[in-house]
Amino acid sequence: MDYSPGDIMVCAAAAQIKDGEVVFVGMRLPLLAFLLAKCTHAPNAVGLFENGILRDTPATAPIVTMGDAPNQTGAVRTCDLAEVMTLLSGGHVDLGFIGGAQVDVFGNVNTHEVRTGQGMLRLPGSGGGADIACLARRLLIIMAHQRRRLVPRVDFITSPGFGDGPGWRKRQGLSRGGPAALITTLGVFAFDTGRAVLTHLHPGVELEKVREETGWELEVAPELETTPEPTPRQLDIIRRFDPQRFWTG
Amino acid sequence: MSGPDKVTSLSEAVGRLVRPGAALALGLGLEGFVPFAAAHEIIRQGIGDLTLIGPISNILFDQLIAAGLVRRVIAAWVGNVSTGIGYNFRRAVEEGIPHPLEVIDHSNFSISLALEAAARGLPLAVGRSPLGSDMVKNSPHFKPFTCPHSGQKLLAIKAVKPDLAVVHVQRADAGGNCQVWGATGITRQAVLAAGRVLVTCEEIVPPEVIRADPDRTLVPGFLVEAVCEVPWGAHPAPVQGYYDLDGPFFLEYAAATRRREDALAWLEEWVYALEDRGSYLDKLGRGRWRALMVRHSRPTPPVEYGW
Repeated sequence: MDYSPGDIMVCAAAAQIKDGEVVFVGMRLPLLAFLLAKCTHAPNAVGLFENGILRDTPATAPIVTMGDAPNQTGAVRTCDLAEVMTLLSGGHVDLGFIGGAQVDVFGNVNTHEVRTGQGMLRLPGSGGGADIACLARRLLIIMAHQRRRLVPRVDFITSPGFGDGPGWRKRQGLSRGGPAALITTLGVFAFDTGRAVLTHLHPGVELEKVREETGWELEVAPELETTPEPTPRQLDIIRRFDPQRFWTG
Repeated sequence: MSGPDKVTSLSEAVGRLVRPGAALALGLGLEGFVPFAAAHEIIRQGIGDLTLIGPISNILFDQLIAAGLVRRVIAAWVGNVSTGIGYNFRRAVEEGIPHPLEVIDHSNFSISLALEAAARGLPLAVGRSPLGSDMVKNSPHFKPFTCPHSGQKLLAIKAVKPDLAVVHVQRADAGGNCQVWGATGITRQAVLAAGRVLVTCEEIVPPEVIRADPDRTLVPGFLVEAVCEVPWGAHPAPVQGYYDLDGPFFLEYAAATRRREDALAWLEEWVYALEDRGSYLDKLGRGRWRALMVRHSRPTPPVEYGW
């Protein structure tokens, strides 16, 4: 079965969700990752959606974003943003997903403004991204792997990662959390040392390609692994929830 | 009795309640309940110099900005939930087209807390997020401080008080008591912060319907200035139990607003040229809106509320 970079990112993201975990689900690919994890290895995971939804079953039909009607039908609770954010702030959320326009070697994410040759390019802003980055126990970042996106230092820290290195989060007043993984179209990075280290290459991706498309000096784990290929069952599930290939096409 | 009758037409309500220069909280459901009909009426009436307050505001703010009615935005996110960029917002910030735009950045949680502080009559809320974000630097709304009790570093988030909240809900009675089901985003905080609400609803129902199910009442009528029955008033956003998201509409909007002249043509076609929501629905076409209606009914069973 053919699969796209979006498919493999969804599978790699789903693999980060452990059974029984409480997951702050974002939009787009993470939404599919949560649904895939629920239907496979993490049937007891609980998803929180910032508009005010808690659900422990997959959405009842394909959805584009969190507010779609089938994502509310059959939820265990619908409420407001403050309640979901209170769960996050109280330390009840194991894992949160965010995306962005830029990420740096410390896992700081920018969704505000990017400097270009033509001047400053304004992006939509934080949404709940900064809240998830500040308050979740583990942060997962999902992004297309391009040199203009994986930069040495982001132009603007919207959602804080490890700032400029060890001790930074604590100095800011952030008592826990920080990036656990960066999942891109080419591979997966971990942040065990507070800096991005390449741990996985997606199938068929050359290390040299990753080096070319990474704006910082690439650090590679001693035992570099290959991301498992999506199984037919995984792809079936992704197609079920993204039938138009809106997010994974 | 349910208090004074507050039912009026949308054009009358907007004309009476939305003042030039006002700070409006709207688009509060994050994705659902976005009051597009009310915003389009504001655009038609050309009420400008506005401050817009919201969380993830979706294309509602983008449209008001395109119409040249916005001076300032206090929000967590301005764009298009299906495609990302809001092109009118970008043009305003980057090039001052059609007007320069002041942006006060928040996160979703911090804007919710800022409104809640105002609702309680307090000058600030306390938060931990978004400490560490560059949003905090030089922000008029965020000041880090040390907690006098614990010594922890925390964030003082300035209270945000709107002049008026504009909300779309499933149903309301003539007195303005509003019932909502499904995820509500920061609607409650904004309504309580403003203390004055313009309501559009899918249906006006008898007061007995409200009183049979008080858990669902989100806005008490005494905070409401006007109630307008505007079916499909949130399209293309979803309203649980009435219609789902019109996903393609957001893609079409993105394509149609990439260039300024096209964005103006979009406003002409979808707002200025239409008299009201009825003509908007005619333009949208029966086939299109019917396809968004509930097809898999899931009524909630009644509960015993007796004594």
